[in-house]
Amino acid sequence: MTGSRGLRSWLTTTDHKRIGLLYFYTAFAFFLVGGLEALLIRAQLAQPNGHVVSAETYNQLFTMHGTTMIFLALMPLSAAFFNYIVPLQIGARDVAFPRLNAFSYWVFLFGGLLLNASWFAGPLFHAGRLNVAPDAGWFGYANLTERQYSPGPNVDFWLLGLQILGVSSLAAGFNFIVTILNLRAPGMKMMRLPPFTWMTLVTQFLVITAFPVITVALVFLMFDRFFGAHFYLPQAGATPLLWQHLFWLFGHPEVYILILPAMGIVSEVLPTFSRKPLFGYTVVVYSGVLIGFMGWGVWSHHMFSVGLGPIADSVFSATTMLIAVPTGVKIFNWIATLWGGTIRGTTALHFAVGFIAMFIIGGLSGVTHASPPADLQQTDTYYVVAHIHYVLFGGTIFGLFAGMYYWWPKMTGRLLSEALGKVHFWLTFIGMNLAFFPMHLIGLLGMPRRIYTYAPDLGVSSLNLVSTIGAFLIGVATLVFVVNLWRTRSRGAPAPNDPWGGATLEWAIPSPPPVYNFSVIPTVSSRLPRWKTEHHDPMPDPPAAPPAPVHVPGGSWWPPAAALGLPVLALAPLTHHVWLAFLGVAITIYGIYRWAFEPLEA
Amino acid sequence: MVTSMGLDSRKMAFWAFIGSECLLFGSLISTYLIYKGKSVVGPYPHDILNIPFTSVSTFDLLMSSLMMVLALAAVQRGDLKWAKIWLFATACLGILFLGGQVYEFSSFVREGLTLQTNLFGCTFYVLTGTHGAHVTVGVLWLLTLWVRALQGKLGPAQALTVEISGLYWHFVDVVWIVIFTLVYLIQ
Amino acid sequence: MPETREHGHPNVGTYLRVAAILVILTVLEVGVFYVPAFHVVLVPTLLALSAVKFALVVLFYMHLKMDSRFFSFLFGGPFLLAVVVLVALLFLFFGQFTLRGAG
Repeated sequence: MTGSRGLRSWLTTTDHKRIGLLYFYTAFAFFLVGGLEALLIRAQLAQPNGHVVSAETYNQLFTMHGTTMIFLALMPLSAAFFNYIVPLQIGARDVAFPRLNAFSYWVFLFGGLLLNASWFAGPLFHAGRLNVAPDAGWFGYANLTERQYSPGPNVDFWLLGLQILGVSSLAAGFNFIVTILNLRAPGMKMMRLPPFTWMTLVTQFLVITAFPVITVALVFLMFDRFFGAHFYLPQAGATPLLWQHLFWLFGHPEVYILILPAMGIVSEVLPTFSRKPLFGYTVVVYSGVLIGFMGWGVWSHHMFSVGLGPIADSVFSATTMLIAVPTGVKIFNWIATLWGGTIRGTTALHFAVGFIAMFIIGGLSGVTHASPPADLQQTDTYYVVAHIHYVLFGGTIFGLFAGMYYWWPKMTGRLLSEALGKVHFWLTFIGMNLAFFPMHLIGLLGMPRRIYTYAPDLGVSSLNLVSTIGAFLIGVATLVFVVNLWRTRSRGAPAPNDPWGGATLEWAIPSPPPVYNFSVIPTVSSRLPRWKTEHHDPMPDPPAAPPAPVHVPGGSWWPPAAALGLPVLALAPLTHHVWLAFLGVAITIYGIYRWAFEPLEA
Repeated sequence: MVTSMGLDSRKMAFWAFIGSECLLFGSLISTYLIYKGKSVVGPYPHDILNIPFTSVSTFDLLMSSLMMVLALAAVQRGDLKWAKIWLFATACLGILFLGGQVYEFSSFVREGLTLQTNLFGCTFYVLTGTHGAHVTVGVLWLLTLWVRALQGKLGPAQALTVEISGLYWHFVDVVWIVIFTLVYLIQ
Repeated sequence: MPETREHGHPNVGTYLRVAAILVILTVLEVGVFYVPAFHVVLVPTLLALSAVKFALVVLFYMHLKMDSRFFSFLFGGPFLLAVVVLVALLFLFFGQFTLRGAG
């Protein structure tokens, strides 16, 4: 597909398309891991007083499920599409900094491996058990995470793993901001950008502003745990609330980081399969930007139960309700896009429409959270778990699946089976509603989050059983999808340049694209270059072969080499061997120097 | 290279990075301010902070920023001799600053302020330590450029690299201006 | 072609003048700290003086005044966000005692 073959070409690749595929497969594998963790959780909760796993293992399961899904599955799956699709949509040959792009991927892989190594690392820490995975919740509240209350290596794996992953996300953030702003084809004005690229841009700004805050929060935790500092310890005059503020200052923008790309995908899929332009493109773009800004103003709605006081509660309640407005605007625009269109019910469209429906439900439960009195009943119960999963599964994951069915042909040259796709969709749709809808009731009936079992007299036993059945149905649905992926490798129908009749530039080139993407960089004169509209005719696609050979940079070992220094550095505090820190820093610095002075190709 | 905004990609990336660093230092400074006056035991800032000494450090960094822009100007006009001098001078002032930090930290430890002592210790050392780590990276960067100059490989064509290292260096200086005011002068 | 609002870079004279002002401002800051008469206005004065120093370095040494407005946005946006977050956090932690009421 991109010429060179073999393991070495993949290890040294700087091609955004290959990096996109690497992200996809790695993230999907972690998605399956996170899903397995979910199934174990649901197996444990299927009945009251369950004995499937111990309490300690249960704590590790829900912590790792959340951490894995958010940082190792959903974000990198979005990154797979940022990588593969954005340069194509803007008419570029690659991202602004291809080696930095590769670096981001390798750092992600190493961070994910470090985090998951904790499942088996117990013996190395004389823990008396195999699994010492993080167990303090995906949001690691202080002071449960302090050494005093979490003496083992579990939380260390968590904080070190997250720090490493943060580096990956930040580097990619800078890369994509510059790419989208600076590498657009001639004529590709900002208001002609495809909505997915726009949402990607907003997301990257959220990344580069939010991740530094959690970096600081984790640094404080690290200093408390390893060097005897007291950033979160009340006995020294500090407060655990500092962690909550810093974490949610990151955490709330993070949820918009998770949802905006999926919204971007939906804004691509709906127009294509309605054969109608996105209704109110300008408003949809501005709403996305507004959501990005406003996402910074709501963080303490995660803290309504800590006693912020009536003024703070009211302010954050108001800002939280306000942020529903631009979101609602987008929903109306999506519906208006479908309205009166020529609908083709592809699997991608099913997931996109499913997104709208499920996100409305998740958004509604979110709005109920915006009221502090109501939230005091809902917080820390399964009601919140319902909300999270309607927006993140029904929202982000549905959006990502829509993207997979939509862009898989472009990325691999093969069409996924639509028949299996429909089965996947309906099983997922039914499964997710069975799994998560009851959780609204379970929560309001009083079942808290993060408890490994519950008493029969709580009255939530049958609802939990239904939820578990739904979860396993999702598992089956995902298997169907995996089968679909596997079969298309050899039996998938070959995909033409443009299987769907898309309007944007990625459909103008072969599936998969040649290594240089565009034989001739197109000049763009409209928002829907490949469609005929009342204002313009479709642009001609670039010629099959470039007029002169196009130079494409070769690969480099230095991004993965520099990346390797980070997990080595992280091992130092884990193993209490200071020399590992020096080694890790030395590897990273050496890698960076060789990278910086790598000769330009002739 | 032609770009859509007519701006250099590396420079754009670096300004985005500096924006991101504002949030990093902003969080550290916020924490310092939140915990100011909340230490349960001493030593407290007024017991231990040495304003005359730190004023000299501040002056040192300000002068290093001047050396840095002079270094950039030299590189831009192809003056290798002065480029070497100013780059080395900037790095030296940076090393001097770091030496001052080491001296300050060790004297504070002797006077009983460690990371574990109290909130002032935690927040002070982590904030100024993070800043110091940034200065260290900057010094390494400057020395690398100085070596390139010694090798005769730092001409006007490389001016952008020097400019970007200058952006980093000035930002680190600017963070210190904020720290000097909020930590040392406003007690 | 780099986009600059005015062509050329500040000359050495400008850099030296800025350096001189920075030194003077620092001396003033330390002066305000030591002279008891100024302690009433210590905080606003120091904040103002350091803000001017900050602006001088960013605008002239970092060339932001002469460069593309977009760089000002790339820096200014997150900078403003950091300031707003800082102020919000101060209100949240200290407002508790004044704004929270009897509870």
